[in-house]
Amino acid sequence: MNVLEIIFYALSAFALVCAIMVLISKNPIHSVLWLILVFFAISGHYILLNAQFLAIVNIIVYAGAIMVLFLFVIMLINVKKDSEPQKQLFVKLIGVIAGGSFLTLSISLVKQAMPLVGKTVPLKEGTIGLIHPLGKALFNDYVVPFEISSVLFLSAMVGAVLIGKK
Amino acid sequence: MTLLAFDWAFIIEKLILIAIIVLTTLLITLYTTFGERKVAAILQDRPGPNRAGPFGLLQPLADGLKLIMKEEIIPNASSRWLFIIGPGLAMTASLMTCAVIPWGTAIHLFGRTIELQVADVNIGILYIFAVVSMGVYGIMIGGWASNNKFSLMSALRAASQAISYEIAMGLALIALLMTTGTLSLKTIVEDQTAGHWWNIVYQPLGFVIFFICAMAECNRTPFDLPEAENELNFGYHQEYSSMKLGFYLFAEYVNMIMSSAIMASMYFGGYDLPFFDETTVAPNIAAMIGLGTLLIKIVLFVFLFMWIRWTIPRFRYDQLMNLGWKKMIPLALFNMLLTGALILSKL
Repeated sequence: MNVLEIIFYALSAFALVCAIMVLISKNPIHSVLWLILVFFAISGHYILLNAQFLAIVNIIVYAGAIMVLFLFVIMLINVKKDSEPQKQLFVKLIGVIAGGSFLTLSISLVKQAMPLVGKTVPLKEGTIGLIHPLGKALFNDYVVPFEISSVLFLSAMVGAVLIGKK
Repeated sequence: MTLLAFDWAFIIEKLILIAIIVLTTLLITLYTTFGERKVAAILQDRPGPNRAGPFGLLQPLADGLKLIMKEEIIPNASSRWLFIIGPGLAMTASLMTCAVIPWGTAIHLFGRTIELQVADVNIGILYIFAVVSMGVYGIMIGGWASNNKFSLMSALRAASQAISYEIAMGLALIALLMTTGTLSLKTIVEDQTAGHWWNIVYQPLGFVIFFICAMAECNRTPFDLPEAENELNFGYHQEYSSMKLGFYLFAEYVNMIMSSAIMASMYFGGYDLPFFDETTVAPNIAAMIGLGTLLIKIVLFVFLFMWIRWTIPRFRYDQLMNLGWKKMIPLALFNMLLTGALILSKL
């Protein structure tokens, strides 16, 4: 085992523990905080793959913006663990079905990934996650989807400002 | 042993560098609090702290000692762990920024070339942006864990303020990146030293936007709505006492110093001393001159922060949001368009 492998296993274990804590925490605020730690662990994996840009954008967008909004909303509605009403059987049933479908989806994903078993990941040396190759790929090969999604984001932002002006 | 086969001297060098930078930052922070009180005193025409030591120079030590000696109170109704983590997180986030700031050119010691920068990552500016967006967690967690209405209100204010101004800040940064063409802070500073103009010449509007947003991100007056005493008692750190309170207060000053360092590096040439050719002196001396220049620029910016704080009254909350969303963001977008048009016309 070299240093990279040790880091990889440590990060993976950390991510899994945090992900489990997201699920079993009673308090929704604690769940969100654990989820933030999961995102940090995933960013660590990106750095191992030498994808610095992806790692930092993952932190900025998910941990820095979206999770702040999550915290914000949960703090505002102030969910107490005692006052949470008992779920009806119907709701529980829907939860079971949704969870089961997601499990099926995950299994099919794992199955599709079977050809990758035994292959090694180019740790620390790939360049696709660095900013120059990524920018070249986005603006040459994928320029149309990229521009369309930017227009989508811009319209969302303008819409937010417009709603705020009312 | 293959397990630990990496350059130990490199690790030790970086650890020493980190220790020096963090300790120096904390020391400067101590005296920034003193400076703040003195500047406030001068602007309000009173002597200010002058009892402890000559000219009151020992005042920050006395303040620190007082904070440490105070009784540590953790409210019964608080979430204990989060209450403790909050101030630590605020402090860590503000200190982490210094990892990518280039403090000077390389120095030569013991036959090694030591870069005066902890990590020259090729996404330096984005790293700063990520750390800044982490900074709000310290306030939010602390404010929520205190289990106090005023603290929670203040934490929510801090969060919404930080998110709103981050957007304009990012857009101002994009315009700067369009002119520099790199995200590495070291390269940005080097480009400004090598006979070019400082970036402020190319991005005056971008700098103004960035400065205002930095002030908002640091929760400084006129943007210190999270600490508005007259409506929120004391703000998000109301339930805190002893050094935990000290950490929150300190983190604000560290943030101020770090944002000054970033602005100096990005818009004002970093460690570049104008009208002086660094190649004419020995590299170690040049590095020291550069370090001194950067520190002077930081002090000037910090003074500007203080000057504004003691001159301009606080915004109302809706005014703050209006400024952020309806003025800063359109202005930053316009700045981006203008920069793009100028770059295109030059081609």
